Amino acid sequence: MKYAYFPGCSLKGTGRSYEESLLPVMRILGIELEELRDWNCCGATAYMSVDETKACVLASRNLAIAEKTGHRALVTPCSACYLVLNKTQHYLKEVPAISNGVGKALGAVGLSCHGAMPVRHPLDILLNEVGLDAIKQKVTHPLTGVKIAPYYGCQIVRPYATFDNAYQPTTLDRLCEALGATVAHYPLKTRCCGGSLTGTMPEPGLHCAYQLLKEAVKRGADLLATVCPLCQFNLDGYHDQIAAKWEPVRLPTLYFTQLMGLAFGLAPTQLGLQRHLVPMKPLLPVTA
Amino acid sequence: MKDEPEIRIGFYVCHCGTNIAAMIDCQAVARYAAQLPFVAVSRDYKYMCSDPGQELIQRDIKEHALNRIVVASCSPLLHEHTFRNATEKGGLNPYFFHMVNLREHNSWVHSDGSKATAKAFAQIRAAIARVPHHKALEVLQVPIHPDVLVVGGGIAGIHAALTLANAGKKVYLVEREPTIGGHMAKFDKTFPTLDCAACILTPKMSQVKSHPKITLWSFSEVVKLDGYVGNYQITVKHKPRYVNEDLCVGCLECIPACVFKTPKFPDEFNQNLGKRKPVYIPFPQATPQVVLIDPEVCLNLKTGKCKQTCVEACGDRQAIDFDQRETFDDIKVGNVIVATGFKTFDAHRIPQYGYGAFPNVFTSLEVERMINTSGPTSGAIVGRDGKHPDTVGFILCVGSRDEKTNKWCSRTCCMHSMKLAQLIKEHCPRTEVYIFYMDIRAPGKGAEEFYDKSLRMGIRFIRGRVAEVTDWAVTPEEEGRLVVRCEDTMAGFVRRIPFDMIVLAIGKEPQADAQDVRRLFNMSCGTEGFFLERHPKLAPVSTFTDGIFIAGACQGPKDIPDTVAQAGAAAAEAMVLIDQGHIEIEPNTAHISEVDCSGCKSCLPLCPYTAIAFIETTKKASINAALCKGCGTCVAACPSGSITQNLFEDDEIFSEIAGVLAYE
Amino acid sequence: MIEYTRVIKHETDRVPGFGAEVMRAPGCEKLASCIQCGTCSGVCPVSIYMDFTPRQIMALTRADFKDDVLRSRTIWLCVSCYACTTECPRKIRITDIIYELKQRAIQSGYYPEHFAVPVLAREFTDMARANGRITESLLVMRMYLKTNWLAALGMWRLGLKLMSTGRFSYTPEKIEGRAELEKMFAAIDTPIPDYSPSGAPGEETKGTQP
Repeated sequence: MKYAYFPGCSLKGTGRSYEESLLPVMRILGIELEELRDWNCCGATAYMSVDETKACVLASRNLAIAEKTGHRALVTPCSACYLVLNKTQHYLKEVPAISNGVGKALGAVGLSCHGAMPVRHPLDILLNEVGLDAIKQKVTHPLTGVKIAPYYGCQIVRPYATFDNAYQPTTLDRLCEALGATVAHYPLKTRCCGGSLTGTMPEPGLHCAYQLLKEAVKRGADLLATVCPLCQFNLDGYHDQIAAKWEPVRLPTLYFTQLMGLAFGLAPTQLGLQRHLVPMKPLLPVTA
Repeated sequence: MKDEPEIRIGFYVCHCGTNIAAMIDCQAVARYAAQLPFVAVSRDYKYMCSDPGQELIQRDIKEHALNRIVVASCSPLLHEHTFRNATEKGGLNPYFFHMVNLREHNSWVHSDGSKATAKAFAQIRAAIARVPHHKALEVLQVPIHPDVLVVGGGIAGIHAALTLANAGKKVYLVEREPTIGGHMAKFDKTFPTLDCAACILTPKMSQVKSHPKITLWSFSEVVKLDGYVGNYQITVKHKPRYVNEDLCVGCLECIPACVFKTPKFPDEFNQNLGKRKPVYIPFPQATPQVVLIDPEVCLNLKTGKCKQTCVEACGDRQAIDFDQRETFDDIKVGNVIVATGFKTFDAHRIPQYGYGAFPNVFTSLEVERMINTSGPTSGAIVGRDGKHPDTVGFILCVGSRDEKTNKWCSRTCCMHSMKLAQLIKEHCPRTEVYIFYMDIRAPGKGAEEFYDKSLRMGIRFIRGRVAEVTDWAVTPEEEGRLVVRCEDTMAGFVRRIPFDMIVLAIGKEPQADAQDVRRLFNMSCGTEGFFLERHPKLAPVSTFTDGIFIAGACQGPKDIPDTVAQAGAAAAEAMVLIDQGHIEIEPNTAHISEVDCSGCKSCLPLCPYTAIAFIETTKKASINAALCKGCGTCVAACPSGSITQNLFEDDEIFSEIAGVLAYE
Repeated sequence: MIEYTRVIKHETDRVPGFGAEVMRAPGCEKLASCIQCGTCSGVCPVSIYMDFTPRQIMALTRADFKDDVLRSRTIWLCVSCYACTTECPRKIRITDIIYELKQRAIQSGYYPEHFAVPVLAREFTDMARANGRITESLLVMRMYLKTNWLAALGMWRLGLKLMSTGRFSYTPEKIEGRAELEKMFAAIDTPIPDYSPSGAPGEETKGTQP
């Protein structure tokens, strides 16, 4: 199976271990992700706060390039990219003022976007295309004894809950179980991590992260599994500040793709685990 | 028209006070009509529907030898009947009258007076062109069978059946559950008077059972309805209860004798909070007082291997019959009252409130059973963890006023929750009870006073829709409890409040099979799926099918007083027809020219009222005028043009069109 | 000394038509149906830091209190998590309404100088437009320089860690099709709105300083 692939800016910067783990894991499962030629930033939430039409212009250039590839879907691992690309598709269909502007902008450079390319998250592909059985077959180092707090964050389940329940998502839970891990009851699985605020209004942003980490610690989790580069950064990067402001709640946050890689027997350095600020090594004896 | 005398039309335009006259120049309309062909008299008048207005028509018919009447006024729904009567009193066939709707079709919907007047000219020109073609028609009379079928044995069906039976009418009451009583039988006390539901309901249930004029068929369903108003043929299916209803005396000795020593199957009547055996009676006052056997769990019915200790216990009575099968009864009735009630909202559909995930989240109906002394906890309020709660939170509008589930207000949950809250406070005054609401809707007699009583009892009301029920604790007192997160909109901030028990005030929905029932009885549904009344104000228990009436929550959520009032109204409406002895049928029906009918049968499946039959002997179609509603579908579909319809014949319609188009 | 603040609102405090204007924006139509139930505030992960709850913002917007709405801290705290939009019983797209309000606040300069959120948004859009991509490390540095460079000093430890783990980019990522992108934007460019912060008119009211 082959898909068009939109990594997004974070996966080339602070979230590069996400890409470093995503690509080999998908390859093991027989999925090829073909990176879009000369893709650009999706615009994220920041552009939406300035100008909605231009935000959609930015996103739709990627959709236009993706449509030209002829692949069955565009896969994007970053939650913000996933949301923005889906939202743009939605606006192109439903809001004439925006679709006219986008049409004009794309037309100026000979591009067009029909809104026909499904935008999907790797988690969706893994659960609904590859299937848990095929994933289980590749598990050579089951994560037995590791207790995981499955953290979905916001933007892959809201507002376009295309592949999971918006209130009680289960895809990540089921994936973790398939890897042999134990899943913690984690009531905050879809609560926002505050990542978009940490840089600008640190206290509210960090308070969100603190609450998420504290609850995961309380539930006896060894680590948090995440699907989003911003969540990973926010939950991994600010432990000093959180400890200074409230209390230490040190817990590593791993991409689900890294967990899969470990279970498939890949070395931690092949999965970018050395890049994380809160190390997970002592927690995962299976990889030693 | 050759043999008929010269056409002489009387034309009248009504001011309807200022409803028409403020937008349309009525005098100009009258002047315009006066010069149209065949018009002998043309007048405008302030209120044509008044007695002087009607007398004006009658006098003119005599003085001016009129033989056609056109009135331009309001909607035919409102006054066509009035003017037809006036025409008849004047000595003409009432169908020589035609009506123009200048109000709903014109003055009420336009804002430019001169254009509206011009449109009125076109409208009356059409009517005056059409009415000379009208023929004298006769009203058809159909006799009414005096028996009535009541479907559904909740409080609505019970009350309707008793009202009719007490008036001497024969009633069949069909209930699909093993007992009548419906939702009301599950209630402990009733708001706002707090009188005991069983004390007022069970006497009525036993009256139903013992009434000589009522045939009660429980555990039965209506499966077929044929015929038309006054003459319905009904087939009723009796489901096997594996107990002969005529032989069972309700001694209940079979229940302790069952090989299952302890009850272990979910007890539906108690909202699955309690357990029952395979042989059981839903509740002690169940009516009929007859046990039944659940074939899903009965050892003998499932495996054929059982000591049949129940049969032994039954002894000489020989009421237990494992070979019982479905049976059917065919009956004839003149009227049907549909009182099939409602279904409660499935709280799993709002996972944020944790029903099914957290053991101490209950529905309001579960708490209703719990608080009942004959219920599964003998009246004690206890969580599924066996503990008595110190704090209870009620969440209102669960599955109501929510576009993601049900948009409508379920009307009774505010009062119902306040009732349960008061009962909890009475049982255990130290319990802290909170009610989370969006708006308190307490209309109706005694309801506001009941709200005030709730406030004075110290029940805490928080105006805010609950965001979620969570076990995420952030303070020590929240640990291990259910935390409600909600904006206190009156205070203007978000609060977190821990509870030991959460009660979800679940809304009311149409029954799951409401669409099947709608089709069976030829009714309509509103967008939300409740049965549609013929008119929301003036015909609230009638449907669009004559002789089919609705009562209670199947028409829309309502409380017991409103349900009983509707049931009485439906019974009265049925009695009107029965006591008339016959029904008059509008002659706007279709009829088939036997000479032209080719017997192609294409009209047969199209008729929505199954009014057309194929006569095998003549190989021609035939329309039952009593069933025909005059929809015209067959007229348009007939390939040989052999079907025509009274009041909608080609020359009538074409002249009407020509009349509209002739006006410049 | 007691400082008195005005708590009564007069009709002159409203900007008639403001609510209707917001409701005309894409996704904002359903604001008219708001029943003030407070679900949005209850599910919001950051409402505890807000001066007005999201519900109050909806009420103030609908009632044309433009000044109170655009000065409020609430609109800048929104983390775009869409919890309110998903849970609203009237299917009001609250997140989109907040976006619309942010756009209006940025356009009319309704925020204090050196206020980071709009500055970040501005820097983000500039970088995205110029380079076609965002280089997070450089973006954040630029934001700190424009708002509060002292805060940047407080982040030196995190910066070092990112450098040592290879997550800090020193050079900007750029796409090849930069000219193409610029051409696209130019095709729909409208006169550039004035982003410069202005000392907003009128007296200070409670909770207007984010």
